[in-house]
Amino acid sequence: MAAVQDGPMELDAEKEAKPEILSDGTSNLSGNTASGTLSSSPLTAAPAGGAPKMEDQQTLIAVLQFLKRNKLSESVEILRREAGLGEHQEGSQATDGSGGGKGDGDGGDANSLLSRVSITSAAAPQSMPVKSDCIINIFRCDLPFMFMLSEDQPDVSVVLSAYSQQGDPPLYQVYYSGLKNFIESVLDCHRAELSQLFYPLFVHMYLELVYNNHETEAKAFFDKFSGDQECYYQDDLHILCGLTKKEHLKGNEVLLDFRTSRFVLHISRDSYQLLKRHLQERHNNQIWNIIQEHLYIDIFDGMPRSKSQIDSMSGSLAGEAKREVNKAKVFYGLLKEPEIEVPLDDEDDEAENEEGKPKKKKTKKDSLGSKSKKQDPNAPQQNRIPLPELKDSDKLDKIMYMKESTKRIRLGPENLPSICFYTFLNAFQGLTAVDFTDDSSLLAGGFADSTVRVWSVTPKKLRKVKSAGELNVIEKESDDVLERIMDEKTASESKILHGHSGPVYGVSFSPDRNYLLSSSEDGTVRLWSLQTFTCLVGYKGHNYPVWDTHFSPFGYYFVSGGHDRVARLWATDHYQPLRIFAGHLADVTCTRFHPNSNYVATGSTDRTVRLWDVLNANCVRILTGHKGPIHSLAFSPNGKFLASGSTDGRVLLWDIGHGLMIGELKGHTDTIYALKFSRDGEILASGSMDNTVRLWDSMKAFDEVETDDFTATTGHIHLPDNSQELLLGMYHSKSTPVTHLHFTRRNLLLAAGAYNSQ
Amino acid sequence: MAEERRQKLCSVILPTESMKAMAESVGVGSLQEESCLALSEEVSYRIKEIAQDALKFMHHGKRRKLTTGDIDHALKLKNVEPLYGFQSQEFIPFRFASGGGRELHFYEEKEVDLSDIINTPLPRVPLDVSLKAHWLSIDGVQPAIPENPPPVPKEQQKTDSTEPLKAVKPGQEEEGSIQTKGQGANSAEVKGKEKMRMKPRSTHELSVEQQLYYKEITEACVGSCEAKRAEALQSIATDPGLYQMLPRFSTFISEGVRVNVVQNNLALLIYLMRMVKALMDNPTLYLEKYLHELIPAVVTCIVSKQLCLRPDVDNHWALRDFAARLMAQSCKTFSTTTNNIQSRITKTFTKSLLDDKTQWTTRYGCIAGLAELGHDVIKTLIIPRLSVEGARIKAVMDGPVVSNIDKIGADHVQSLLLVICLPPEQH
Repeated sequence: MAAVQDGPMELDAEKEAKPEILSDGTSNLSGNTASGTLSSSPLTAAPAGGAPKMEDQQTLIAVLQFLKRNKLSESVEILRREAGLGEHQEGSQATDGSGGGKGDGDGGDANSLLSRVSITSAAAPQSMPVKSDCIINIFRCDLPFMFMLSEDQPDVSVVLSAYSQQGDPPLYQVYYSGLKNFIESVLDCHRAELSQLFYPLFVHMYLELVYNNHETEAKAFFDKFSGDQECYYQDDLHILCGLTKKEHLKGNEVLLDFRTSRFVLHISRDSYQLLKRHLQERHNNQIWNIIQEHLYIDIFDGMPRSKSQIDSMSGSLAGEAKREVNKAKVFYGLLKEPEIEVPLDDEDDEAENEEGKPKKKKTKKDSLGSKSKKQDPNAPQQNRIPLPELKDSDKLDKIMYMKESTKRIRLGPENLPSICFYTFLNAFQGLTAVDFTDDSSLLAGGFADSTVRVWSVTPKKLRKVKSAGELNVIEKESDDVLERIMDEKTASESKILHGHSGPVYGVSFSPDRNYLLSSSEDGTVRLWSLQTFTCLVGYKGHNYPVWDTHFSPFGYYFVSGGHDRVARLWATDHYQPLRIFAGHLADVTCTRFHPNSNYVATGSTDRTVRLWDVLNANCVRILTGHKGPIHSLAFSPNGKFLASGSTDGRVLLWDIGHGLMIGELKGHTDTIYALKFSRDGEILASGSMDNTVRLWDSMKAFDEVETDDFTATTGHIHLPDNSQELLLGMYHSKSTPVTHLHFTRRNLLLAAGAYNSQ
Repeated sequence: MAEERRQKLCSVILPTESMKAMAESVGVGSLQEESCLALSEEVSYRIKEIAQDALKFMHHGKRRKLTTGDIDHALKLKNVEPLYGFQSQEFIPFRFASGGGRELHFYEEKEVDLSDIINTPLPRVPLDVSLKAHWLSIDGVQPAIPENPPPVPKEQQKTDSTEPLKAVKPGQEEEGSIQTKGQGANSAEVKGKEKMRMKPRSTHELSVEQQLYYKEITEACVGSCEAKRAEALQSIATDPGLYQMLPRFSTFISEGVRVNVVQNNLALLIYLMRMVKALMDNPTLYLEKYLHELIPAVVTCIVSKQLCLRPDVDNHWALRDFAARLMAQSCKTFSTTTNNIQSRITKTFTKSLLDDKTQWTTRYGCIAGLAELGHDVIKTLIIPRLSVEGARIKAVMDGPVVSNIDKIGADHVQSLLLVICLPPEQH
């Protein structure tokens, strides 16, 4: 399976289609991004040769910078001509500089401009994934790594050099409080919107002070204004307050993110005009420059948003998502079920007779069959992503599934599921991950002591396949050959898998129950066979801790995400990743496959959820609104909705098709580590560190959102605060945080966690 | 959301003395002040950075406590060699030492003789991880089994009693409803919903098991077998599911005291007070609702004129002391600005103390009750009375022998006053 090659041509086309963003800053923005993509294009085409070439260019730019500073304009011209450095870059930058209304002297102006050029080119590989409209085709898995290792990298210093001296340090406080006074004095309807500016401005001004070695001023600035920031930025402020020296800026990933990615704000046109007028009247160039250089203001027409609307969407590391990011079409429908003839054989009837109601069942089965024949208009093409052929055993399993699903209990507010809690005893706080097989027969646990343990939760014991020598003597034609190959001597309730060299943070069963994946602190994902209980493959690539892994619902593919900020798509038979989903600004903490296997959702420490297209590794959705790292994700069974849970104890519900938040479930008091929809999607179960399992009425939550709201251009919806109404049940465990939740095929809820003796 | 906890952010920096101490420990004798400062800033920053990374590992390890392992992993991320030798212990005791104007915190590492380790018998093998399943909920109702937490948590009991009309959520409501229907009753969800609107009854029917339990416990508590009683009291003090029986217990105690005071049955009064103590010791019970029955019972046992048939022989003083301690304990736990228990109790005691006609037994109880409330109370209410009381005792002791009982009473009051009026440190 090869990645699809998309050239820069398409990029440019997309650029042009981009809506007007800033009335007077447009040239600036598109100029910047264009140069960024241009310089990144050779890189994507020839990854091996890309890096040195880029460095050359950097050096040239540095020399140019030096010449300019010394007013050697003629040499500049010559050098530029000889090096073939694009005039277009310079040109576009020059125009935008004047457009930006910079009041400094000529030299300073050009200087900072140049440094900005160098940033865009140098930062391109870093910020490239951030631009979600970029199509990433990375074949060499270690490529993004070159940019990850920030220390000792030349581009880091270049990135930071944008914080060159731009104003009198003691005046920073004056500037900031001037803006603060202005924003506090404007009309209420604009105040909430303009208040969004506080945090990014605060961070950039602080960093600028720190970068220019104004330690005491920086400290004073921080002390004075840090209290004003929204509470959901506390975590970042904690990191910021530790940064007091220029040297600290190097290698601090969070800060680099802040630098390389523009903080995105949504502001209504009216509010923006108000701000612009104010800044121009006051000649407050300092702030204007920051807004121009470091922020991305997405202007919309219409009513300004209210404080609660803004609060519900903000909180991520880099502001809200740009609107056009979420415009791409997502085929969230389910794939057509393969047509399997369900044999209504005698054996089956016998079972039914025991149940005593065979007729009812028969009719149900028919309805099930007819449903799957309809083609969902929102579904992707059946072969959009090549899927593995169904094996005979898979078909048998499908039949089992259908049988089971006819016995499924219909859940609802009046009919809550029973919950069976699997408690891990004597785990000594070492349980880090749990997964159940789809048929709920096996349970796997990942532990901090590097082991993976598999339990059988049915009376059927776990057995290994016999050794090769013994297998040779088995008669292959016999009917019970599958039974004969198993070694009865090895039967036990649980098996331990040794192989990792660090805590295991993620486990996932393959849908056919033949394999188990585990991801670990040691930077590898391992594939284990559940026939032999041995390790088959170690997938190396992340190099840093791998926080989560998840099998595709059709098997074969799996996704993993880790500390290196990328999620990777793998196929079990390839030792290198097929796709790299790069764009998150911090660790990828959890990964989930969409039920139709065409998309992957990832949650991150940067407090965003992203949805990626498996076909071309594009980021098709950026969902902001969480106020803490995201630790759990769940797709609704119909593929239309996504639920995400984070450390702030809130579950957010998203409509994938529109890319909008449609619900907020408040109630948990600690990190939510487990989320699961019931098999029919009526109930959402959430499990948390606060030792509770909560059940939510997801049908009601989805129904209450009127889809008409989405068609409005602004797409701002007002979320009703109805968590209490949606909460159907809350069940405390004694002292067991809930690590995993799973609905059996009959809609029994299984929960798992390790008993915590304190 | 963390709106309320906006703590002040500030950057803490290690003291330069630490840098000096560490430099000396690795053989660098003289470190300039400037270098120290630069070092301490850098070190503080790096430590914070590592701590922030370590937190990630804690979160992914699904723990609330940061371990040394997390720090090792964070160091590994930064390509720093981990700190060896800190893994084994849960708690690392840091010792403090000062001398030569320096203050040091250090981790004491003892030299270990390897042969000793080899020769010591192997420690017990830790238990292997095992899996246990139980029902957290059956059709939306949490069964009352030992694996699940007590059916009605204390906060819930509180809201029930303070805001009875507040609509409860089904999940919590069901927990209560299972009690009324007994275990295993599959209460229909619809019924539960209807009940939600109604004001819950203050007492509940008990299931057959609960009735049996109540009978056994109360019989054992006032019965003759001391071993059984200890067991019963232990059960009252620790069992989590007694909420439903609390009103019964409360009535049992108050009625019991009422009857037995009249009959002067000292032993039973003592048993009942021990029940009160056990109830108060149970962390899952919300007793506030039943104080109106319990406090009068306890106060009766402190100040009643007569508690036993033979006041000259029986040690009813011990009961008064015990009940006074109970009273003080409940004042400490339950007194709020709205119910003012402590001040009301204090007033009651003081009033009868000031009364000249008060019996010696009651007087003893009042003083004991006040004394248990703490030094401040002793200082303001008892010490000023010392001379008056002294005179009164003297009058009885030296005067013509009126009755033996009075004499014993005065004697006890005297020794009590002597004990409580000692300065605190000599207690």
